[in-house]
Amino acid sequence: MSAIEPAFTPAGRRLLDVKGLTKHYPITRGLLRREVGRVRAVDDVTFHVDEGETLGLVGESGCGKTSTGRCLLRAIDPTDGQIIFDRGDGKPVDIAQSEGGSLKALRRDMQMIFQDPFSSLNPRWTLLDLVGEPLVAFGVSKGKALEERVAYLLERVGLRPEYMRRYPHAFSGGERQRIGIARALALNPRLVVADEPVSALDVSVRAQTLNLLEELQQELGLTYLFISHDLSVVQHICDRVVVMYVGKVVEVAKTADLYFTPRHPYTEALLSAVPKPDPEQQSSRIVLQGEVADPSNIPSGCAFHPRCPYAIEKCRTVVPVLETIGDGQQVRCHRAHELSLRGVE
Amino acid sequence: MTTTSETGTPEAFQPADNGAGKAASYAAASEWRLMWYKFSRHRLAVICGIIVLLLYVVAAFVEFVAPYDPEAQNPASAYQAPTRIHFVDADGQFHLRPFVYGTSSQRNLDTFELEFVEDTSARHHLSLFVQGDDYRLWGLFPSNLHLFGVEDADARVYLLGADRQGRDLLSRIIHGTRLSMSIGLAGVVMSFFIGIVVGGVSGYFGGTIDIVTQRIIEFVRSMPTIPLWLGLAAALPSNWSVMQVYFAITVILSLIGWTGLAQVVRGRALALREEDFIMAARLCGTSRTRIIFKHMVPSFMSHIIAALTLAVPEMIIAETALSFLGLGLRYPAISWGVLLQEAQNLRSVALAPWLLAPGAMVVIAVLALNFLGDGLRDAADPYRR
Amino acid sequence: MTDQAMPADMLLDVRDLRTGFALREGYVRAVDGASFHVRRGETIGVVGESGCGKSITARTILRIAGTSDDSLAGKVIFRRSSGEVTDLLELPHSGREIRRIRGAEIAMIFQEPMTAFSPVHTIGNQIIEAIRLHQSISKEEARTAAVDMLRRVEMSSAEKRIDAYPHQLSGGMRQRAMIAMALVCRPQLLLADEPTTALDVTTQAQILGLIRQLKDDLGMSVMMITHDLGVVAETAQTVAVMYLGKVVEMADVKSLFRDPKHPYTRALLASIPKLGRRAGEPLHPVKGMVPSPFNRPIGCPFHTRCPSAMPGICEKSMPGKTTVAGGHTVSCFLFGEGDKAEEQSA
Repeated sequence: MSAIEPAFTPAGRRLLDVKGLTKHYPITRGLLRREVGRVRAVDDVTFHVDEGETLGLVGESGCGKTSTGRCLLRAIDPTDGQIIFDRGDGKPVDIAQSEGGSLKALRRDMQMIFQDPFSSLNPRWTLLDLVGEPLVAFGVSKGKALEERVAYLLERVGLRPEYMRRYPHAFSGGERQRIGIARALALNPRLVVADEPVSALDVSVRAQTLNLLEELQQELGLTYLFISHDLSVVQHICDRVVVMYVGKVVEVAKTADLYFTPRHPYTEALLSAVPKPDPEQQSSRIVLQGEVADPSNIPSGCAFHPRCPYAIEKCRTVVPVLETIGDGQQVRCHRAHELSLRGVE
Repeated sequence: MTTTSETGTPEAFQPADNGAGKAASYAAASEWRLMWYKFSRHRLAVICGIIVLLLYVVAAFVEFVAPYDPEAQNPASAYQAPTRIHFVDADGQFHLRPFVYGTSSQRNLDTFELEFVEDTSARHHLSLFVQGDDYRLWGLFPSNLHLFGVEDADARVYLLGADRQGRDLLSRIIHGTRLSMSIGLAGVVMSFFIGIVVGGVSGYFGGTIDIVTQRIIEFVRSMPTIPLWLGLAAALPSNWSVMQVYFAITVILSLIGWTGLAQVVRGRALALREEDFIMAARLCGTSRTRIIFKHMVPSFMSHIIAALTLAVPEMIIAETALSFLGLGLRYPAISWGVLLQEAQNLRSVALAPWLLAPGAMVVIAVLALNFLGDGLRDAADPYRR
Repeated sequence: MTDQAMPADMLLDVRDLRTGFALREGYVRAVDGASFHVRRGETIGVVGESGCGKSITARTILRIAGTSDDSLAGKVIFRRSSGEVTDLLELPHSGREIRRIRGAEIAMIFQEPMTAFSPVHTIGNQIIEAIRLHQSISKEEARTAAVDMLRRVEMSSAEKRIDAYPHQLSGGMRQRAMIAMALVCRPQLLLADEPTTALDVTTQAQILGLIRQLKDDLGMSVMMITHDLGVVAETAQTVAVMYLGKVVEMADVKSLFRDPKHPYTRALLASIPKLGRRAGEPLHPVKGMVPSPFNRPIGCPFHTRCPSAMPGICEKSMPGKTTVAGGHTVSCFLFGEGDKAEEQSA
């Protein structure tokens, strides 16, 4: 199917194939909006998503994970690249090239769960309007049938159906996030892009939401693209993980491989930096120097070289490519073969 | 694997419902209900809202509310001071119904001033719904019923005194309410349309369009308003009818007044573009028109109403200023500004200080609208956290 | 006074602190009987979710919470650098005494450094100002001290960065600058309110390491306020767990994570995903939602969500503090009614 690399898990059919996805934002000056530079938010990103899996997209702020997720849904338009979506009818479509009616048709199959449960729900609408919005937009149901479907959805995410005439201001953050999940599921999508779905929630409420997402996945056969900066949550919920750094994919691997035998020095440092809720397991950690590079002024060679403890001269000058090593682990590092990096215990 | 009832929240709702029906009605309260909750706690704004409402009711029924025809002259009463209302008659007897005495004027031969003397021989009781001067309500329905007055057609009551031609000032102020209050509304409605279109386009599309419109707005705002009004108003042909002048003045006022509204609309549109729920609607397949009319417009409606309320008093002041300078509305139109023209010279003010009463009306109307607008603005976003 | 007596190694003793806000929607008991203490040279982690009162507690210690004075109750006993022992709640909140303590003896850092800095002055001038507020030294000496402090927080090219405006620095650098400003007068106690929540993990690791190292270098105590159990496990020696305005459990960090007593602590630890080999284990969520602050449960605040709630007991009254092991206290009826005898003065 794709010439780029063999599938890791032949278990699932390939649902989404992202090839060379690029999103640049021009930096303009003056009234005539002369372009003086570019923010390379997403730069030649390639990965795929198998049906039924949860793919994690991790990285620090400014790494382009959110922009990538939004390009996939065409919430923003990519500058370049292909997003091949296979709906199982034998006719894969390129989301990046879809417009108008064909794009709207695609929206039935892909939905989004937002980070902020407050701003993602119009406070002026009742739960019925909010959860029913996609159903109305696609003319799927109305009147009594709409109410029944919304009641079912609310119940499914653990909210009382009788509350469908209420407004979101009466609900807490965790409950609002459930409303958002119900809306995302209204049209029975195949792919759900969840952008930091639990990071705005209270700690004691996060697990409920994560469990709910897992339950729904099993029941409805959903495929998740799970965008997060929280590596503990990602390890818990994801089957495979894509690590991004300043707009580029630096490592792709099955979750266990990535966490126990990371191949990229950045992945190693990220894993090491996570504070572990166990005072007796505090190992010495790799503290990176400096800060995440500015995507409008990316360092030469490997973007990570100024912070990398293993950097050599080549890293300063030559941009590494994403290559497959070992058991299908993809990594973008010149020294991937020789380094032996430390994962989590 | 846990079931929904374990991970779920139905139990969690119960504590919130302990407050019984109150919590439930709050939960099901629409935006306007929430705004009303918030607004109604703003005591001053509510009072001012009632005053504003009264002013507009008066403006709608001026012919009925005013005790006399505003043009009815009575040379004998020129510059007559406000009539005193009595409860106790000349014999020291108390009457429950208020009454006035008839007055006659006579020249004081020592000072050569005109003096008004109460004729205590006959009491004229004030009554509600009396028959008096004929009029046509809204120019349509003939009637002679007035809200209040004295039943005796010969006696006249000047609650706020009379002007140079002996016309009842109160009746004239009440008639002025119609033009003064409505010119504010009409001007605001016009600027509302310009403002919504320009601000909406600027905020919705952003980019170069936004930059250009912003510069235009700044340019318009930087022009000194008084000379501009003066220039535009002076250009109006003097043979135009009252209605023509009225509309011309409205247009002049709104040509400058739209900028503030455009900026409010633009600011809201820009903020809304960033809201996740707009993106969520797009990703749900909701059409652009539906997003604009179901998501965006309702989201800034309340802000616009508040901004409009705050724009009305500016228009009223502008009209008053223009008319006072003789460049706005002119006789035979009656507005507070036109009435104040009579208070222009020192001599008449010294002789008849009640001629300044229309100024007091301007102050009351402007303050009431401002406080009302402040209250509305504070209540406009009941969801702010 | 006898009730202000404190052991010599004790720096701060918060006893039954209560405070709240009168809002239009009703009175919010933001802190509702919180007790804990801070020893010299230790880091105490105060963990809790949003609305548990952890930030208000810290702000009340400095008397900058913005709550009315008559809502205050309890004691906040602080040993000043002079050795004198003072109840901070008895000082007028804008008086000279408390202003001498703020910044000089107790300093605070925040989640968002932009709130601590004025955008119109350079960070250097603001740090110099902070020094000269408490010490009478010349501008030049203060500047030297500021550069020195910026170096200590590992700000690269400190001599140049001292003249930068806050917006010219990155998030991590601003955090460093704020820490420098907070520590420049060598306070005995640093209140750190979610200092790394807004930062990326790699920057968070830098800042946590820095705070730990400065604590040792300067011999101060740190109160680390956070919702992240990982941050606590990593930085604190003692942990106080707060829920709805109360400290429900307090213990040294190892006992707390190895043998949590309070059902809330246990539920919280079981609900968070853990990095490492145990990642596959299912999460056991805490049921329900955090109650609204206007609608606090009567009795034990956690009984509405508690898996081991005992009907007829937990919703009746608030359990007292019970000592279960040396220095490990818990407020839960599962472990007793509470220690009656003493106020932890031994």
